Amino acid sequence: MNSEKYILIIGAGSDIARPLAYLYAKAGYGIYLASRNIEKLNRDANDIKLRFNVETQAYKFDVTETAVHQKFYDSLPIKPIGVICLAGTLGEQKKSEQDFTKTKNVLEVNFSGLVSIIHIVANDLEQRKEGFIVGVSSVAGEKGRKSNYVYASAKAGFTTFLSGLRNRLFTSHVQVLTVHPGFIRTKMIEGRETLGIITASPEEVAKDIFIAQQSGKDFIYSKWFWRFIMLVFKMIPESMIKKLDLK
Amino acid sequence: MKITNWGNYPVVDAAVHSPESVDELKKIVSSHPEMIARGLGRCYGDSSLNYTIVSTLRFNHLLAFDEQTGIIICESGVSFSELLEIFVPRGWFLPVTPGTKFVTVGGAIASDVHGKNHHIAGSFSNHLEWVKILLGDGSIVQCSKDENSDLFWSTCGGMGLTGIIVEASFKMLKIETAYIRQRVIKTKNLDETIEAFEANKYWTYSVAWIDCLAKGNSLGRSALILGEHATKNEVGYRYRNPLKIEKRMSIPFPFFLPNFVLNSQTVKIFNEIRYSAYVSKDSFVEYEPFFYPLDVISHWNRMYGKRGFTQYQFVLPKESSKEGLKKLLTKITESGEGSFLAVLKLFGKQEGLLSFPREGFTLALDFVISPTTLKLFNELDILVNEYGGRLYLSKDVRMTKDVFEKGYSNFNKFSNLKKKYDVQQKFQSLQSKRIGI
Repeated sequence: MNSEKYILIIGAGSDIARPLAYLYAKAGYGIYLASRNIEKLNRDANDIKLRFNVETQAYKFDVTETAVHQKFYDSLPIKPIGVICLAGTLGEQKKSEQDFTKTKNVLEVNFSGLVSIIHIVANDLEQRKEGFIVGVSSVAGEKGRKSNYVYASAKAGFTTFLSGLRNRLFTSHVQVLTVHPGFIRTKMIEGRETLGIITASPEEVAKDIFIAQQSGKDFIYSKWFWRFIMLVFKMIPESMIKKLDLK
Repeated sequence: MKITNWGNYPVVDAAVHSPESVDELKKIVSSHPEMIARGLGRCYGDSSLNYTIVSTLRFNHLLAFDEQTGIIICESGVSFSELLEIFVPRGWFLPVTPGTKFVTVGGAIASDVHGKNHHIAGSFSNHLEWVKILLGDGSIVQCSKDENSDLFWSTCGGMGLTGIIVEASFKMLKIETAYIRQRVIKTKNLDETIEAFEANKYWTYSVAWIDCLAKGNSLGRSALILGEHATKNEVGYRYRNPLKIEKRMSIPFPFFLPNFVLNSQTVKIFNEIRYSAYVSKDSFVEYEPFFYPLDVISHWNRMYGKRGFTQYQFVLPKESSKEGLKKLLTKITESGEGSFLAVLKLFGKQEGLLSFPREGFTLALDFVISPTTLKLFNELDILVNEYGGRLYLSKDVRMTKDVFEKGYSNFNKFSNLKKKYDVQQKFQSLQSKRIGI
């Protein structure tokens, strides 16, 4: 029951968190789950412990409360070998356009708050010269559209942050993996119309992330075909994009 | 969202809610006038279909496990396949399992599933410590054989009509290996098959694959398959870790087979080959091919084409089993509408109000849904009723109210309890409306 290697999942309330934790627990990693809803996390942690006999801890953690991030990291009994950031919120674009506090929250949860906690972990891993950082960004960040550009721009920032960090940590042997998922069947998009065939399950995305991380990748799309969807989408010039009614 | 169960018929455009916590579930239950719970959708017909569906699949946490007693507490959306993956390597097995591992604990309770060990172990409800159920008024009630026992006996086998099962506790079975000591006995006709069941009823697991197209003197010829959990001593030197089995790839059935492929000729040839392929012998087999031979092929239901299929499963009381089976089998072979899979099994005693098993023989046959098979079913219904038998609700998609009431003598008692616990009649399925419960 004593695990030597731990992973820290930030945003462990996400639907991807539990299937992902299963994969790491099965591989023998201890698990730290961190998110705001501690009741849910405790239930998840107990479940993971029972299934895989690995040490699992739940922590109440808010991405936006950057002032206590260092204290939180210091409190972890054994420092993790890797951190996986799943935190994110779509927010409501229309409200964000009118109310900056709403915009600010979307920017913090998807970008600046993550920068805070990732830098703390990164500094530690850089010194230890080992480990990995996984950031789940989004295909939305590759091009702005009117229906969600506040969220998308935060994700764009996050993607760029991760690529810079990858460059910085290369010499310290720390892997930085950026994940661009497309549509996932999660509570984030519940009630929205999605195309069944290109919508992945949280389990599929978790598996993609795990395999990519374990094989030392820098960047993946999940599912893989999004690479081609985005390739085509990005080829459309801005002069045309602006005229489209993009949902 | 288009939803259909294992038989691919009917298809319903339903609103599906997938709550993650009890609070979310309560909100859904209080804000909808009518709904039915659904797990992995392995019932064949419309038992878990309605226009509002509450999926329990996000309710899949393990809550506790006692390594000493084998008693587990889990949420209702946990699947048997997950439990096997976790607990077989630790030396524990499901106390009762149906022919597929892709069912949830909640579904197993609602259908009160039986397995190849029914004559010895009873149905799944027999192994439950307790069940927690969310009623229509939003309260969560724990029930067991001793506590709120009327709710317990109407929930086990109650097809989800008393409320939504949220948690359950049951006792797992201790095993030494993941292997089954198997014996196959081939029989030449129905009399021999029935005798073989009786003579081998001390075996924990028994089931017969029956060639439902063999006529005349060969009517009811079968391969009786018997099994026991193999002990360490029995398999000892063969395997390094006898609880560990290499994971196999599941092979997907990639598309719906065109309707014309399965016809009476091809099925007859298949049955002929299958019967000859069986050899009377003893061997050790892994638990998966023994219990779940079809689970290796995911979506095997596509084999029956897009028109959909169903399983006709009935049980006859022991006294009338022999005569009744002969009549029913003759009718089926005469119709030429034979099926790939025909399975015969001897049940033991059974409690529960709507639980399907009862002491006697049960026969299950897969059929494509067509006007001719539907006509055949109606004729079979008459015989089943005549011999005092009944049909399995979890496999059914077309039974009439009359046939249901004749088969399930406790239905009035059940209806009254349903009224008591589900005052607002919130929990209904397309099936429950059809058969009037």
